[in-house]
Amino acid sequence: MKKVSIGNPHVATPYVIWSVIFIVVPLLMVAYYSFTDANGSFTFENISTIFQFNYLRIFGESILYAFVATAITLVISYPLAYFMTKTSLSTQATLMLLVMLPMWMNLLIRTYSISNILERNGIINTALDMLGFEKVQLINTPGAVILGMVYNFIPYMILPIYSVLSKIDNRLIEASSDLGANGLVTLRRVILPLSMPGAVSGITMVFVPSVSTFYISQKLGGIHNELIGDVIEQQFKLNNNYNLGASLSLVLMVMIIISLAIMNRFASDDDGGVIV
Amino acid sequence: MKIISKIYIALIMVFLYAPILVMVLFSFNSSPSTSVFEGFSLHWYTELFSNSTVLTALGNTLILAFSSALFATVIGSSAAVGIFSYKRRWTKSAIMSVTNIPMMNPDIVTGISMMLLFVFFGKMLAMRNSLSFFTLLIAHVTFNIPYVILSVMPKLGQLDRHLSEAALDLGCTPFKAFFKVILPSISSGIVIGFIMSFTLSLDDFVISYFTTGLDFQTLPLLIYSMTKRRVTPDMYALSTLMFLTILILLILFNFAQSRANRKKAKT
Repeated sequence: MKKVSIGNPHVATPYVIWSVIFIVVPLLMVAYYSFTDANGSFTFENISTIFQFNYLRIFGESILYAFVATAITLVISYPLAYFMTKTSLSTQATLMLLVMLPMWMNLLIRTYSISNILERNGIINTALDMLGFEKVQLINTPGAVILGMVYNFIPYMILPIYSVLSKIDNRLIEASSDLGANGLVTLRRVILPLSMPGAVSGITMVFVPSVSTFYISQKLGGIHNELIGDVIEQQFKLNNNYNLGASLSLVLMVMIIISLAIMNRFASDDDGGVIV
Repeated sequence: MKIISKIYIALIMVFLYAPILVMVLFSFNSSPSTSVFEGFSLHWYTELFSNSTVLTALGNTLILAFSSALFATVIGSSAAVGIFSYKRRWTKSAIMSVTNIPMMNPDIVTGISMMLLFVFFGKMLAMRNSLSFFTLLIAHVTFNIPYVILSVMPKLGQLDRHLSEAALDLGCTPFKAFFKVILPSISSGIVIGFIMSFTLSLDDFVISYFTTGLDFQTLPLLIYSMTKRRVTPDMYALSTLMFLTILILLILFNFAQSRANRKKAKT
């Protein structure tokens, strides 16, 4: 029997053209600007500039901050998602709504509000002052930047883990306990491996925006916690050095691809000891 | 165990909502301070509605969100239908990989890559300002389309192929069969794609920051320039209003959905 097709393949043509012009060509532009100077002649100078200690240090710090933030987010979110699946269906719906709601607040405002809590004259310090304690330095620290990342991106971790956990067949868990596994073994041998895909997509969705952020580090990290996003932003908005900015972005992109590939390797290892 | 899990869930909710509560509380502050609450007042709300910059930015944001969502929905939905009917597997997977790029790439890279494209062609055409509302619109349509495609695709997968066969057997032209049979069955995916595009566009800061011209400011861009200085609580008043709007919309949406579900269950 001849298979009847649902539509005409040609209706995708406008999008194909659009995606080539506005997705593929811009990436080629990044590569083009990376390997040329301001006059448009070929050079390796931008790339070699990046391999100076200063830039490498910032790249390293960005990865470190994003890695720590992702790890903390995972450790906090997993139990939450697990506990959520144990509540009644209507509670689950409400909790889902509560987790998603802050995502609709603009990231800038959420971050600004955190800075308001942590500031030198902010809410925590004002409270400490009133209680007769000394003020503490909270803002402009690495901890503040990581807190900002965790706070802003935690819904992206909770939701995929929750959706995978809620789909696990209860009979598998029963089978595991029938076969003599205690709760902890069931968690480690059955639930964790089955929830891996959710954790992996959560990790990706938290790590990528964390490693490339510039607003969070600007607002909560001050001048001493510059991340790679800040450096790129400055090249485009302050220094007007598009070529260096483009090559920094190119390296950032390659770096993210490598990090995610490494992570996927770990995740696909069957006994890969990710948490626990 | 039950108690522990309840306490844990409550703690995370406190963590998620503390900054939002701070914002709501200080939007009602009678003094310009955002750390010491001195008394209740609606001063910042009246201030907000007399601020023409904020109102213009709000209007701009809505125009941009609506038009980019509309374009993205039209291009994305037809793309989904077309890609779905591709016969060759490799063309399908090549296009889907390209579609994934804007979703996987960090926003800053998407933003600057498009900015470089616009600047490059602006220079070639010797334009004075290569960035404008139109470049911003193109950028928003571009990052919205993948979400439309991904919400329409699964609906196409669930389609019963016999339905369109039946329509053709009963004398429909392929064109008519599409509008009578296929479009109604994928319409929920199209609507979800539109809503997602609208909210993504409303919320976007990073990509807009790199692709907009000087003469077109959206709300997130305005908020960014405001937070560079010390801000007064009128920004909190604005955010509180936005938060309430979204909350009400979500509650209505949930209500409508549960009613629709109940109706379905009855028939």
